[in-house]
Amino acid sequence: MAFESRIPEGPLEDKWDNHKFEVKLVNPANKRRFDIIVVGTGLAGASAAASLAELGYNVKVVTFHDSPRRAHSIAAQGGINAAKNYKNDGDSVYRLFYDTIKGGDYRAREANVYRLAQVSVDIIDQCVAQGVPFAREYGGLLDNRSFGGAQVSRTFYARGQTGQQLLLGAYQALMRAVHSYGVQLYPRTEMLDVVVKDGRTAGIVCRDLNTGEVFSMAGHAVVLATGGYGNAFYLSTNAKNSNVSATWRAAKKGAFFANPCYTQIHPTCIPASDEFQSKLTLMSESLRNDGRVWVPKKMDDNRSPDQIPEDDRDYFLERRYPAFGNLVPRDVASRAIKHEVDAGRGVGPLKNGAYLDFTEATARVGHEVVEERYGNLFEMYDRITGEDPYKVPMRINPAIHYTMGGLWVDYNLQSNLPGLFVLGEANFSDHGANRLGASALMQGLADGYFVLPYTIGDYLAPLLGTKPVSISDPAFVESEQAVDDQVRRMLAIKGTRTVDEIHRELGHVLWDNCGMARSEQSLSKALAEIPAIREEFWKNVCVLGENESRNQSLEKAGRVADFLEFGELMVFDALRRNESCGGHFREEYQTEDGEALRDDEHYAYVAAWEFKGVDNEPELHKEPLNFEFVHPSTRSYK
Amino acid sequence: MSDATTHTAAMRITLTVWRQPSPDVAGKFETYDVPGVSPDMSFLEMLDVVNERLMHDGKEPIAFDHDCREGICGSCGFMINGQAHGPERATATCQLHMRKFRDGDHLTIEPWRAAGFPLVKDLIVDRSSFDRIIESGGYIGVGTGGAPDGNLIPIPKPVADASMDAAACIGCGACVAACPNGAAQLFTSAKMQHLNLLPQGQAERWDRTIGMVETMETYFGSCTNHRECEAACPKSISIDFIALMNKDYAKAQLKQRRLIGQSFP
Repeated sequence: MAFESRIPEGPLEDKWDNHKFEVKLVNPANKRRFDIIVVGTGLAGASAAASLAELGYNVKVVTFHDSPRRAHSIAAQGGINAAKNYKNDGDSVYRLFYDTIKGGDYRAREANVYRLAQVSVDIIDQCVAQGVPFAREYGGLLDNRSFGGAQVSRTFYARGQTGQQLLLGAYQALMRAVHSYGVQLYPRTEMLDVVVKDGRTAGIVCRDLNTGEVFSMAGHAVVLATGGYGNAFYLSTNAKNSNVSATWRAAKKGAFFANPCYTQIHPTCIPASDEFQSKLTLMSESLRNDGRVWVPKKMDDNRSPDQIPEDDRDYFLERRYPAFGNLVPRDVASRAIKHEVDAGRGVGPLKNGAYLDFTEATARVGHEVVEERYGNLFEMYDRITGEDPYKVPMRINPAIHYTMGGLWVDYNLQSNLPGLFVLGEANFSDHGANRLGASALMQGLADGYFVLPYTIGDYLAPLLGTKPVSISDPAFVESEQAVDDQVRRMLAIKGTRTVDEIHRELGHVLWDNCGMARSEQSLSKALAEIPAIREEFWKNVCVLGENESRNQSLEKAGRVADFLEFGELMVFDALRRNESCGGHFREEYQTEDGEALRDDEHYAYVAAWEFKGVDNEPELHKEPLNFEFVHPSTRSYK
Repeated sequence: MSDATTHTAAMRITLTVWRQPSPDVAGKFETYDVPGVSPDMSFLEMLDVVNERLMHDGKEPIAFDHDCREGICGSCGFMINGQAHGPERATATCQLHMRKFRDGDHLTIEPWRAAGFPLVKDLIVDRSSFDRIIESGGYIGVGTGGAPDGNLIPIPKPVADASMDAAACIGCGACVAACPNGAAQLFTSAKMQHLNLLPQGQAERWDRTIGMVETMETYFGSCTNHRECEAACPKSISIDFIALMNKDYAKAQLKQRRLIGQSFP
């Protein structure tokens, strides 16, 4: 099976330009002879579908939501990075590249990251032209703010709703393509299998969520833009319906899954209040621009925060990381908070958080400016906790937020299965072991608007004149049968445990043993426990209702079944990576002062896993990471 | 149950819910006794608990749309005691917490009721008519690539802010559900004025206005200025945008005529 990164030769800054010249093109009049299926309508999927349709390809778009506008990209708050250097503060494409490589703890490909930084500037232009109402200064120019892991201001934003506004831009471009370029939209349709025929991706099998009908779709290429797998942990900041099923089912058909253990914990989430908590709510990292993170110096200090004098407070991020202070990258901030909470200095009724305090900022810039910058976040916090952050410091706690791992792709964003392309959070490509704030939106739109439209032609051009595989081909029929069988099997169990109960159990095992800190011991424990939960699911899950009408339990059951298999892979990967890097922190591998200890000699590779059957150990393939332009050093934010 | 409620008193509520298995089967209300509700739960978490209990009793759970649970995706929403998204101003159902209700309350929940939103199941309705409105002009027709530098067109801050006020719409459909006429003016005008207010949106302004208004009218009722939509909107979108839409629609008729005049001198 092909497993080449296909990184172009030449100087870093010329690689993408050279590559664009070298890839094969499809003549404008021939593009309509190719059928492309796009799964997912978040930033990556919607932008790809619109751009491909504008080029002239026949595009079909599948989403399980009722409208493409609802994808989870919509929930991103803080902003999108771009190396515009509008602030005259020393930013450049190279600096964004450097910050991203370093932020990813030297576990990403240089060429991919450089390309990302290059196209970042085009994304802003494109979005402005689409009418995205970015924040402006009084003179009418675009405003920027700063974000973690960077010492320049390069983050563009639209109040606290940047993801929403960028997604609406991409969604509107997609709806224009539905109107003007014949894109066929399949809402409330879930992709449940990838069909492979003669070593090529032939199409997908879907289920209509309203009628239960299982049907096939054939195409010359399939594009998965189906997001991340954070909900494996049950409690995360992901939307409730986000899942791993599309990418996992592709993995079961032979696509390699890369770096699944790279999961990001976001430091500024609202702490859980009780066992019924259905999800965790994130508050934008932008809050750390002005908020100061602290805990009481004494253990079990039960005084209310305004009664704790300055001398009794530990502003531990400012103390430990003077250069970056409260704006250290997410993994560093999260671990520092965990360290304080574990040491018994946590705050709040469950002692599970740290304070994020705006008193100093309010004194410095005034209540009005704080409200202008963070008003909607403060209001959101107040709604959820019943506390007013203008008066009482916020409480924050780290939670699973983003997953850097995903399906393995080459420089063209093509997986090892020819004809299967993977974009956005669903692929593994650009963030290494840790993603910087405001870079997820950047990557999703880079992949969809400015990378895939160029690279997909290279795969399609030689296929000119071929027809997609017929959906009556045995490859499709067998796959439809397998999907249908699984649905019937889940409905027939009629056990005593609900899907959520089993999911929550898996989530506990993963969070406790493969969460913010991992060890050989905890990971081995998880490996022993997950198969038992999986067995319990297939013996004792309770899915009521029928297949033929809307059945949300059935949908959820299918997704949890996949998490139960995928979770094990995540643990395998974490166990095999005997180092700490970015979001992967192995307790055995840390420096004397508790920082992550990387092992570049043995682990500077992408771990690409090949599925070998549910109860078999997956096979590890290694793609070495070569650093030609940046020398990996110990990441320091001190 | 007891673990969760050690620091806050548990509530007991009575819940009457619209249950309808599919569009072609008659629906009816069913009533459930719900003890042990923590005030810190969100409304949807309370429904999660009800659903878990129903399943343990061998009954099908209540179907309702939801996803982000942060009030931004616009998936969730139903009528709570006759009010779209419930009693709190500027709040989507998923952001509503049980501490806003009292022990012993009787709550009746039912789906959005509007001709433009056919029912799918229980509390789920089909809002794809909103996508049809966007499709008919709710975009700026720029293809990927070729956009000028983002700072080339300065946009005064008040203009960008007004556009953003409109663009904040989450497309949940509460405006339609709250309207006695089942009208979608607030949604349509917000989506339209987001673009019509911006310099980038001028080229297609009049076509956009006519396309969106006329598509809206094939699905939804007419506006008679009740302002229920504004009161129900989880993002507090102002009905000023409806006035701007009406103005643009009237102008668009004239502009279109002039363009036709130009084509046939």
